[in-house]
Amino acid sequence: MSDLRMDKYEKRRAQLGRMTDEQLKEKFWNLCEKLAEPLVDLSKTHTSPSIERSVLMRMGIDSFTAAGVVSKVHEAKLLGKGAGHCVLKVSQKFNIDIRNAATRITQEPDVLKSLFV
Amino acid sequence: MELVPNQKLDIEEIMKDLEHYAPRRRGWTWRVKPEDGVKMHKFTFRDCSLPLKNSIGLPASKYFNHIDPQPGPVITTEIASGRFEDDIRRMRMAAWHGADHIMVIRFTGQSHIDGVLEGTPEGIGGVPITRKQLRASRKALDLIEDEVGRPINFHSYVSGVAGPEMAVMYSEEGINGAHQDPQYNVLYRNINMFRSFVDAGVAKHVMAHSQIFQIDGAHNANATAKEGWSVMPELMVQHGINCAFSIGCGMRKDLVGLSTVPPNSPPAPKLWFDLPYAVALRDFFSEFRFRAQQNTRYIEADIEEAIRTHTIDTLISALTKADIQSTITPDEGRNLPWHYNNIRGIQTAKQVLVALDGIKELVKIDRDGPLGEMVRDLKERSICMLEEMIELGGYFPSVEKGMFVDSGKYPERNSDGIARDPQGGVGVGTIVKRDADYMAPVCAHFGNNALPKGLNKPCDPIGGCTFCDHSKIAYIDEVDAEDNANKRLEKTKAFRSGGEIKPEVEWAGDGTVLLQMFLPESEDYARVAAEEIGKKMGLTDVEVVNTGMMHPSEGTFLEVKGKVPFSIPKSSLKIPVKEEMLPEAEIREVIKNKGIRVVAGTVGEDEHSVGLREILDIKHGGVEKYGIKYTYLGTSVPLEKLVDAAIETGAQAILMSTIISHNEIHRTNMRKMHELCIEKGIRDRVFIIGGGTQVTNDIAKSAGVDCGFGRGTKGIQVADAIVKLMKQKGMV
Repeated sequence: MSDLRMDKYEKRRAQLGRMTDEQLKEKFWNLCEKLAEPLVDLSKTHTSPSIERSVLMRMGIDSFTAAGVVSKVHEAKLLGKGAGHCVLKVSQKFNIDIRNAATRITQEPDVLKSLFV
Repeated sequence: MELVPNQKLDIEEIMKDLEHYAPRRRGWTWRVKPEDGVKMHKFTFRDCSLPLKNSIGLPASKYFNHIDPQPGPVITTEIASGRFEDDIRRMRMAAWHGADHIMVIRFTGQSHIDGVLEGTPEGIGGVPITRKQLRASRKALDLIEDEVGRPINFHSYVSGVAGPEMAVMYSEEGINGAHQDPQYNVLYRNINMFRSFVDAGVAKHVMAHSQIFQIDGAHNANATAKEGWSVMPELMVQHGINCAFSIGCGMRKDLVGLSTVPPNSPPAPKLWFDLPYAVALRDFFSEFRFRAQQNTRYIEADIEEAIRTHTIDTLISALTKADIQSTITPDEGRNLPWHYNNIRGIQTAKQVLVALDGIKELVKIDRDGPLGEMVRDLKERSICMLEEMIELGGYFPSVEKGMFVDSGKYPERNSDGIARDPQGGVGVGTIVKRDADYMAPVCAHFGNNALPKGLNKPCDPIGGCTFCDHSKIAYIDEVDAEDNANKRLEKTKAFRSGGEIKPEVEWAGDGTVLLQMFLPESEDYARVAAEEIGKKMGLTDVEVVNTGMMHPSEGTFLEVKGKVPFSIPKSSLKIPVKEEMLPEAEIREVIKNKGIRVVAGTVGEDEHSVGLREILDIKHGGVEKYGIKYTYLGTSVPLEKLVDAAIETGAQAILMSTIISHNEIHRTNMRKMHELCIEKGIRDRVFIIGGGTQVTNDIAKSAGVDCGFGRGTKGIQVADAIVKLMKQKGMV
C-alpha cells in the first residue's frame, strides 16, 4: 500500500471518528447516492439490444421475431429511436398490426428506410 | 386440478395447456405473523408465523402433539437439477417441510446468452430458464401452495446480458423474486460494465412494476475472495451501490433485499467476525430487507460439518434480523443438491429458528464492549472505500483499478482483486444513446421515452401491452424435437407412474444410492477399498464422495455413491397387512369383564424406561386407559423377577421391553423369557409381549413370544393384541 494512499485513509478515518453513528449512516448513503447517480443517468439515456427486445416482448412479439427485429434495427442504425418505435411506425405506415409489422421488418428490412425523415 | 396428499403429482397434467396458463398473482408475499404470537400445543411462539394446512414437522414433533411451528422469516431452498420436471416433485417435498421461497439456479452459461431461451432443454449446473419452464413450474407451485396453505414465492435470476428480457418474462409469468445486481455481472460474469448498468436500470424498473422482490449479489465476494471474512467493508459498499442504484431506478426499499452471508466459519472464532458484520450491515441498511444466506465458502464434502456451520449462521440471523432465511443444501460441497438434502437444509433453518423463537426478549447484543468497536470500524472502513472510489472517478474507474474482491481488508490491498476493462467484456460496444425522439410504447419502461402527449397509458399507441393484457404474450412451446421435457418424461414414466421402483436423488430413475461405511484402514487404502466394495455390491459409477479420518492408521469413515442397475417392480412386493384393530368399546368390555392384569419391565441390563411407560400410563394413552391393571417393575429387571411377579399377581400377560439390541440381546431375552415361562409351568396361561425399537412382530414370534411391537406403538395396540390373543385361545 502506498504511503500516500494510507495517509489519505488515516485522514479520512480521523474525520469519521468525530461523527455520531447517525452522521456516519447519513454520510454512507450520501456517498452511495453520489456514486449511483451517474449510473442511473447512463441507464436513462442509453439503450441496448436486450432492452429493445424487452420492449418488443411487451408489445406481444415472440422472442425469435424480437431478436430478428432488433438485429435489423441495429443494422439500420435506428436502435437510438427504439425498436418498438420502429415497429409502431411500420405498423402505422403499412396499416398492419404490430406482430405483422415486426415480421415485415425481419423479412424486408428496407421498410426501415426513411421511417424517421 | 387439486393435489391430494397421498397421490403423486401428475407432471403430465401440469404440462397440459400451458399456452393458456396465467399466473394468479404478482409480487412477493411475506409470512403472516400474528401480533400476539402463535399458540400451539402448550407453547406460545413469539416470532412464528401462521402454521400450514399440510406439512411435515421436525422428527421430534411426535412428542409435541405433532405441531409444526413455522418461523417468521420466509425460508428459501434452491432447486435446480437441470430437469425442472423432476424438480417440481422436490418443490412439493420442500413446501411440506416449510420452504416458501423456491429459487431456481440457471444453467451454466445462460448469463452469457444475449436473448431468451425457449422450450425445455436439459441443463447442466442448473435449469435453462424459459417461458415454458417458468409457466409449468409456477402452475405446479400454485397447486402446491394450495395444498400446504401458504403462498410460495418463485425466484430466479435477472442477470446476464439479457436482464431486461428476463425481467419482462418474470413479470409476465408471475415470478415473485429475482437476483438483480449489475455488479455481479461485471465482477463475476465479465459482462461489459456499461452494458450491465444500462440493462439493469430497465430490468429493475420492470421488477418494481410487478413488485418482484430483489436480492443483490454482494455475497458472492465472500465465496470468491481468498479470505471471505476480509471483504466485509467492501461488501457494505457493494450493497450500498446496488441499493442506491435500485432506488434510483424506482424500486421500493422494502422490496430490495441484501443477500448477506456470515462470512467466517469454524475453526475460526466465527462470531467475532460474523456478528459485528451482521450488526453493522443492519444499522446502515435498516430500511431494507435482509436475505440471510448460509456459508458456502468453507463447506466441503462433510454434510454434518456443513449443517453445524449453517446452524451457527442461522443463530446469527436470529440474534440480528433476517426477513428471508435462505438455506444451502449441506451436500453442496460435493455434488449438485440431492432431493433429501434440500429438506435437511430447510429442517436446519426451521429447527434453529423455532428453538430460538423470541431470543431477543431473552438476550441482548452488547454494543458497549468490543462488538461496538468492531461495528464502528467496519462502518468507517466502508465509508473510506466509498470516498476513495469517488476520488478515483466513480464506480467504473474503481472497478477498472481492481478495487473489488481484493482479499485484503480495506484499506489493505493484496492486488488480487477482480479488475475489469471498461472497453472489454461480454456485450462490449452494444449500448446506444437514446435519441431525443426515442420511444418505447409499453408500460414500466425506464428512462427517456418520448411518448406522444395525452396518453392514459404508455401502451395506448399499440392498444395495450402484455403487462396490461396477459393474452398478448407470444407463447412458444418447444423448439427442439428431442431435447425437451416431454421426451424426458416418456423415458422416466416407468419410475414415476409405471410401477417400477428405483432409487433417485435428482432425476426420476437415476438409480443413485449412498453407502456409509467405516474401514479400519488409512485413508489411502480405505478409499480404494471402498470403491471395490461398492463394485462388489453390484453398483455402477462408484465414487467416494467423502472421507473423514478417524485416526491416521486406525480407520476412516467413508461415503460412497453409486448407481443400482435395476429396478423393483411394485407388483412383486408383498406389503405387510396393517393390523386391523378391534373396536375400542369391545376392547374395553373384554378387559373389564376379564379383569386383565399385566406385569411389565425393561429386561436385562437396560435402563430405558420411556417407551414402556408410554405403553402403560394412562396419561400417555397407555393400556391403563383401557382398564388394564399393571405392575411395573422398572428397568434392568431380571427375567425371573418378571415371571415371579406374573405368578404372584395372577397376570395374564408379561410386557417385556428390550431396547438394547447389541449382540442380538433382544432376541435372546425374548427366547429366554419364553423358555423360563415353560419351565415355571405358566406359559399356557401367560402371554408374552415383547417391545423395543428393534423389535418387530416377526422377530418376536420367531423368538417364541406371542407378539412384538416396535417404535411408536400406542397402548391401544397392546390392549388390542391381548384381547385378540385371548380370543384366539377361546378365553373370551
